Amino acid sequence: MEATSRLAVPEDLAGLRERLKDRLDEKKPRLVVCGDTGCTVRDSRELAAAIEKILSEQGLSDRVELKVTGCLGFCEKGPLMLVFPGAILYQKVQPSDAGEIVEKTVLKNELVERLLYTDPESGLPVACAYDIPFYKLQNRALLETCWYINPLDIYDYIARGGYAALAKVLGGMTPEAVIAEMKEARLRGRGGAGFATGLKWEFCRSSPGEEKYILCNADEGDPGAFMDRSLLEGNPHAVLEGMIIAAYAVGAKEGVIYIRIEYPTAVLKLEEAVRQARELGLLGKDIFGSGFDFDVIISKGAGAFVCGEETALIRGAEGKVGEPRQKPPFPADVGFRGKPTVINNVETFVNVPLVINQGAALYHSTGTESSGGTKIFCLVGKVKNTGLVEVPFGTTLRQIIFGIGGGIKDGKKFKAVQTGGPSGGCLPEAMLDLKVDFSDLAQAGSIMGSGGMIVMDEDTCVVDVARYFLQFLKSESCGKCFSCRVGIDRLLEILDRIIAGNGSVEDLALLEELAVTVKDTTMCGLGQTSANPVLSTLRYFRDEYLAHVRDKRCPAGVCRSLFRYRIDEDLCAGCGACAEQCPAGAIKETDEGCYRIDHGLCTVCGACAETCALDAITKD
Amino acid sequence: MVQMTLNGLRVEVEEGMTILEAARFYGINIPTLCYHEGLSPYGACRLCLVEIGPSGQSKLVSSCTHRVEEGLVVRTHSERVVKRRKMLIELYLATCPQSRVIQDLASKYHVTRVRFTPRYEDCILCGLCVRMCAEQMQGKAIGFAHRGSNRKVATPFDVKSEECRLCGGCMYICPACQSRCQGPQEEEPLCNACLNLDQPCLNYFDDNMCFMDPCVACELGAGREAKAKSRDGRL
Ligand SMILES: Cc1cc2nc3c(=O)[nH]c(=O)nc-3n(C[C@H](O)[C@H](O)[C@H](O)COP(=O)(O)O)c2cc1C
Ligand code: SF4
Ligand code: FES
Repeated sequence: MEATSRLAVPEDLAGLRERLKDRLDEKKPRLVVCGDTGCTVRDSRELAAAIEKILSEQGLSDRVELKVTGCLGFCEKGPLMLVFPGAILYQKVQPSDAGEIVEKTVLKNELVERLLYTDPESGLPVACAYDIPFYKLQNRALLETCWYINPLDIYDYIARGGYAALAKVLGGMTPEAVIAEMKEARLRGRGGAGFATGLKWEFCRSSPGEEKYILCNADEGDPGAFMDRSLLEGNPHAVLEGMIIAAYAVGAKEGVIYIRIEYPTAVLKLEEAVRQARELGLLGKDIFGSGFDFDVIISKGAGAFVCGEETALIRGAEGKVGEPRQKPPFPADVGFRGKPTVINNVETFVNVPLVINQGAALYHSTGTESSGGTKIFCLVGKVKNTGLVEVPFGTTLRQIIFGIGGGIKDGKKFKAVQTGGPSGGCLPEAMLDLKVDFSDLAQAGSIMGSGGMIVMDEDTCVVDVARYFLQFLKSESCGKCFSCRVGIDRLLEILDRIIAGNGSVEDLALLEELAVTVKDTTMCGLGQTSANPVLSTLRYFRDEYLAHVRDKRCPAGVCRSLFRYRIDEDLCAGCGACAEQCPAGAIKETDEGCYRIDHGLCTVCGACAETCALDAITKD
Repeated sequence: MVQMTLNGLRVEVEEGMTILEAARFYGINIPTLCYHEGLSPYGACRLCLVEIGPSGQSKLVSSCTHRVEEGLVVRTHSERVVKRRKMLIELYLATCPQSRVIQDLASKYHVTRVRFTPRYEDCILCGLCVRMCAEQMQGKAIGFAHRGSNRKVATPFDVKSEECRLCGGCMYICPACQSRCQGPQEEEPLCNACLNLDQPCLNYFDDNMCFMDPCVACELGAGREAKAKSRDGRL
């Protein structure tokens, strides 16, 4: 690592970058291994170690660079690895493949074909990552940097233009100019509510008082969401840079990063990033000789979904119980330690340097009129290509799910997509051409949230889905508001009744009335959005609810009280495999040499249907 | 002083007041369960909801925690508010049917059915006892534990608190256990014996509620028809 002293003036940064120019050498062979969670659990660290060993054995360590980075995005195909030059993507790479990759690709410039991605349409292998539809159809303004930098090395970030935005800001922009730039860029918060970032900063700046704070919301509590974690683990300095610029704009001297303890790797990387930034004088006193002081502390929260709500987060950071409070007053007036505070999401902060570097006009040329830039989604569920997906605002759901996501897995049919995390709404096929933007999604009865996107196929029962998310919200509600605590509980009671086959048509009206009450009468965003899973499914899939309550039938065959397994005696070959599998001993041989299910004993577990090679066991 | 509109009336109220205080000052009765003049506002029972903002973009907020603002438009008994309040009361009845305070509210708001299985849970977690103990008795012997539907009032770690002086302030202030309604029997969470209490007469005055409580029209025996007439401006 370079030995560099403090960067005293903005020009020092330019000098340092000049000295780091080698790192940008595009001809130098580089092996990039994904070190993020998804790939790590599939042994990518062992892969990196194997490569390192081979490189040193063959005396290549100086000539070939090995980098372990943050998430490369295409998690479905992990462990992932990129080889430069050429950005060749190898997927599902095992430690045992290391030798072949070094020998063929690095030394001889040949491809290891069996590790390449195969295009499902043409059946042909695709070598360059940029040609794979999953990546090609995205606009990876924020995520792409993660391919090129080692998150534990500040010099990697600086070599790629890191902290240049900060130098520009402190080298001659007024705080007002920074705020104006954010406004013009139409940068909106990525944490869920989509509040205009420039406006938020302006409110805080004009709020009276000398002592102000910047908070970074890294609580990311939505199940199945990992965009903030990926940014923190892949490019922690970008978060810091955004925070420092925000602090300068609003006049804050201290910042807090509130991060959940369940993200240990992100915490480690952030701590290291803060240490390195302090060493170079990018945090601390008199940053870049501008007279502006700012430093951050990292506050670790014991993950609770509700602590992501800004007022609860503030209390959590203060060491109190993480419970929301009524707004107004908004944090911009009364926030951390009772002082004016700006609280932004991780992804929002990462966008800030981009706005400064690109300029508002260019930044805003991506996205929609009201929301500039790109948004990262976690595409999960029954799609072929799961992973981190970054697209401009205004991209349609269809483009994301069927273009980038490659459509539904296993030849099944699309049923619904849930956007915005547990309290988002489920949107049906007819809404697929909806553009993802804050207002459009809200109108459709869902939310943008922080960017979760769960795709469901025809085997999903929407009543069951609504119950699933409500169960999550029930245990994550802080429990203060009567209507949130008891309302969600009673919604569940009704759903349970419907799922058990005891529902009535009146129950649907009650469900709806109660859901609207919960939405209308709760204090914080958790309660106010908690009814979305119920309301949206009632709106778009009422027939399915009716089938449950009127015909006592679950069309998707999920609710166990509403269907039975039946052995088709014409198809049954009498092999008895099902009877062997049945844990309840409910399958008996009949006199005709077939098998039959005793419904008194059957627990509807489905083990028999899975076993039957002839598909003779069906739901009824 | 700030100017605001309260149920269609232009009124002047002191800065820093909550909407609830302002409404009470003008004689408008907003129901509450977790509010007490002597304790800090808490905003948990949600009964004191009022509608603020111009219709179309209005929203519901708890009036006990929301401060008055210049030009604020408040409706304390709009159709939306009353509908939601009735649903809340129904939920309260199913949670704690033996509370007289809640039964009275049900009668007042003409909540005549309970569509949820009664649970006789007693505590509605309004937090009055916790604040009473901390703010008036300087005891801080009890607090909230756990979250979501596991939330409860408890002493730290559920052991007998040395801070507790057995003053009984918590029981005195409790709306659930202090005064019991003898009406509801097992399996019937509704009493409604006091159904003659006057309910908000939305049908007669729309959002512009008469702010007399109890309603004088009825007290004078003018009856409901008179109210209906008054809607056309004849009374
Ligand atoms: C229940 C709940 C959970 C939330 N969780 C998060 C979260 O995990 N991360 C986040 O950034 N914002 C979360 N928010 C949104 C924050 O309250 C807040 O709006 C956001 O951090 C503001 O930053 P932004 O303007 O950059 O979006 C949550 C809100 C609610 C109501
Ligand atoms: S809405 Fe729910 S989570 Fe939010 S403050 Fe009320 S009880 Fe807590
Ligand atoms: S009195 Fe306002 S919420 Fe209870």
